[in-house]
Formats: sequence, C-alpha cells, structure tokens
Amino acid sequence: MTQLALIIDLNVCVGCSACVTSCKEWNTSGLAGPMTDRNPYDADPTGTFFNRVQTFEVGAYPHTETVHFPKSCLHCEEPPCVPVCPTGASYKRPEDGIVLVDYDKCIGCKYCSWACPYGAREIDEQQKVMKKCTLCVDRIYDESLPERERKPSCVLACPTNARLFGDVHDPESEVSVLIREEGGYQLMPEWGTKPANHYLPRRKTRLRIHDDELVRVDNPLKKEAPRPRPALDEPSLDDVTSW
Amino acid sequence: MHPAFSVIFLTTLIGVGQGLFLALYSGQIYSVLEVLPPQDDRLFYGLGSGLALVFLALGLVASVFHLGRPERAWRSASQWRTSWLSREVIVLPAFMGLTFLYGGLHYLGWDPVLGTVGEGIAIHLTLIVGALATLACFALFLATGMIYACIRFLQEWATPLTVVNFVLLGGASGFTAAAAFAAWTAPALTTFFGGWAIILTLLALATRGTTLIRNARIKHKSTPQTAIGVRHAQIRQTAQGAMGGSFNTREFFHGRTAAFLRSVKWVMLVLVFAVPVVLLALGLTVASGTTLVLALLVQYLGLLAERWLFFAQARHPQNIYYQAV
Repeated sequence: MTQLALIIDLNVCVGCSACVTSCKEWNTSGLAGPMTDRNPYDADPTGTFFNRVQTFEVGAYPHTETVHFPKSCLHCEEPPCVPVCPTGASYKRPEDGIVLVDYDKCIGCKYCSWACPYGAREIDEQQKVMKKCTLCVDRIYDESLPERERKPSCVLACPTNARLFGDVHDPESEVSVLIREEGGYQLMPEWGTKPANHYLPRRKTRLRIHDDELVRVDNPLKKEAPRPRPALDEPSLDDVTSW
Repeated sequence: MHPAFSVIFLTTLIGVGQGLFLALYSGQIYSVLEVLPPQDDRLFYGLGSGLALVFLALGLVASVFHLGRPERAWRSASQWRTSWLSREVIVLPAFMGLTFLYGGLHYLGWDPVLGTVGEGIAIHLTLIVGALATLACFALFLATGMIYACIRFLQEWATPLTVVNFVLLGGASGFTAAAAFAAWTAPALTTFFGGWAIILTLLALATRGTTLIRNARIKHKSTPQTAIGVRHAQIRQTAQGAMGGSFNTREFFHGRTAAFLRSVKWVMLVLVFAVPVVLLALGLTVASGTTLVLALLVQYLGLLAERWLFFAQARHPQNIYYQAV
C-alpha cells in the first residue's frame, strides 16, 4: 500500500512562504482551482489557501525560539473528514492514500471542515465547495514532466529543502528513513487520525565559544594584536611620498 | 464554533415538530387505553399533525440555507452507512411522510380496526402508522444529535448528553405546543400535555444544566504542544499565515466576548426553563390558551439562544492554529 505524504523539517523551514505562493499559483490554475480571493485590496481580504505557514514563539523572552510551522492537509490514514461527508464527495484514494474532494458532488455543508481537527479544509467562497490540499495529484503523475519535477509544487518551491515528498509506507524511501532516524512525529496524535504527513523536530544547536578559541595561546607574531597606527602628529604616507 | 442560524432554526423547529407529534400520539395511546377521553380525529389529530408538519417543513427549509450548493442536496442521502448527516437527510423526510400519513388517515377517517388485543383494545391502523412514525421520530432525534456528538474532538459536543438534550428539549417544546394547541381543539387534554411539558422542561433543565457544568469543567485534550509537536510549556502564536481573516477564523470562532456568552447562558436558562414552567402552570390553573401560546413563544425564543450557546461554547481544536493575526 502506498501512502504519499509530505515531510516537513521544522529545523530547516525559515518561514519564507514560498510553498504557500507556489501552492496557490499551481492549484488556482489547475485541477483544484480557482482558489478565489475576496477583497484582495480592501479592508477584509480573504482567500482560499491549501497551505499556510504559521509562526509560533516558543519559550519566554529572552530565551525564545521562533518556529515556522507550515500546515496543509495531512492526508490522514484514518481521515475523520471522509466518513462524515453525506454525499461521498470527500474520499481517500486507496491506491496512494491521497484525500480528495470531488467538487462536482460537494454540497458545501462544511461538515467535513468541522470534522477535521487540523483546520485543513476551506470552503471556496466563489464555488461554494470544500477545497483542500490535493498533494498536487495533477502534477505528481504527469508523465509529460521530467521525473524530478513530479512532486508537489510546494516541495519544488522550498528554497531550504524543508519539504520532502514520498511514500511513508515504503520503509526504504527517503521520507521513511528520515521519520525513523530524525524522530518524525504526527500532529495531535491524541485523536487517532494517524496523519500521513510528518514533521521533523527542531534540533537544539548551541555554539559554545571558549576564550582559547578566540585568542591563540602561542602567538609569536602577535597577529591578532591591533595594527600599528601612526599618531596624528607623525608624518603620514602623503608626507613621505612626492606625487 | 460560529453559530449558523440555518442550523439553529433547523434543529429547534424540527424539535418542536417532533415533540408535537409525540404528544399527539401519546394522547391517542392514552385514549385507546381509556385513560384520557377520545378526541376528534379531524380537528385534533389531523390538524395537529398538520401543525407538526409545518414546523418540520420550516426546519427543512432553514436547513437548505446552510448549504453552499443546495441544488445538489439530493446527493446527501447516499452515505447513510457512515454519515449521521446523511442519515438525518433520509430520516427527516421519512418522518414527515409518516406524520403526513398519520394525520391524513385521521383527517379522512380511514382508520380500520386491524385486530384486538387483550380485553377488547382495538388496534387501529393509525396506531400502527403512529408507532412507525414514533420510531422515525426518535431515529431523527438520534441522527440530529449524533451529527454533533460523533465529532470526538469537539469535546463539548462529544457526549451522549447532546442527544439526550435534543430529545428532551424537543419534547418539552413539542408538549408545550401541544398544550397550547389542545386548549382550543381538545380542552380535556390540555392538563395532560401541559403537565408533561412541565415535567419534560424540568428534565431538560437537569440534563442541559449537567451539560453546562460539564462544559465549564472540560479539559481539552489538544494543546498548542500537541498541535505543533513542540514540548515546551510556553508556546505563543505570532502569525497565523494570513493578515486578514480566512474560512478558519470565520467558521470556528463566534467572535463574542465571554461576558456575552455568560449572559446568553442566563437568558437561555430563564427563557427555556423558568418562564415557560411558570406560564404553563399559570395557563393550566386558569385554563388560558393565550398563556400557553405565550409559554411556547417564550420557550422557542429561549431555544434559539440555547442552540446559539450550544454552538458558541464548542471550542474546535483547529482554533489553536489561529490564535493571533
């Protein structure tokens, strides 16, 4: 069984939102589009996004760390949004585990968004149907694209390689190895939804600098000492040279 | 959660309709058992079922406003194996159909005796249809309640009390409606319905009060720590990924202050329970139909506040991701 998913390395994400814009750009003009924006230049702008980068501050000042936290649909292995759908518009593909919405069947009752603890689903204000991350299902199987581009557009856009894409059920895949070796975890494990997307935890990095690393003990030439500077009343270079 | 008026009207209106039907049918059973005097088929049962149907139909109309694409509503009956919403969509028309049949048979007087039980208790056709409708009525209460109770991470809703409250509040308002209706069409039954309306209202006060206490003491399983998977006691959100609002900030927040919620709670307690009980008792002692109608109106107004509070009090775990702009 294949279960495609995203792995997000929180240690690497810098919160640039490149994944957000590339997601919107690709999907608004593709299978899942349009992802409508309302009042883009007015007081209350709002729009449909499949992916958002949220920022959290962890710790108390001054010992704080900023965690940039990209979140899209987690393509749960036990998706609570699917059984509650009254029309069958919301479904999980058995062949690759992607959770999708059939926009032609959706009645816009919003029940699936209530049933998702992660807030991954958003209703499109124009089409009045529920929309969500498709894992770029129209991209990853497109044989007209070169092999290395058959990935979700957020993964391709990430400048720091914080996002990885692969089959989490294949123990040999890059993402499975990372989950195993880097301690990849799932969000809100308490609800038993078994999200397919995993997050790699932040690693504490501390730079410890000791005095002897700054100043060499044996320093015969005194290279690090201040450079000799002539006093103001001494002749300068201009005084001793003729042009 | 953001309280949607379409759903508030749907659940309260069908509750009155269901309770009213249950009142009519229990009236009929009591009269078959000769505890209560028999009533006029046409005026009481026929018209009463029609009135219940009006409430149910108004609820059905209100529900449509909740849909983004109501023209596709017919599709929503397909997933009855898994979805309580789908089950409600099937049971509501079924119950309306049976109520229509029950009222129609009474109205036209087509009520043949199908057999007798024990000491000459005649089993009429309407008794059978009414029993089926009662089953459908409770199935509808169950489906409507379970739509909310089955979402396990909305912990304010995920309790059997949700279904119990829907049944008791629907029953209370329905019996109040029946008492008011009987004041004109079947005065002999007014005390019976009014008495049960008071009992059901007090029972509902007990269960809804329990829910209020439970919700006030609820310990939420999801925390910022589990939501982003960072084990640290202090986590504060500084950005939610959008400068303006989004579907997530509109659908899952009621946007009112805690003080407003507290006042709705007291308004609800007074209008659903305290005032109607007093008005019902008063209406029964002085035999005033107008007072009973007033009791129904006040109780229904209170139920709107009650359902609003039901939605507003539910705190969705996704809100953890939307704490700050």
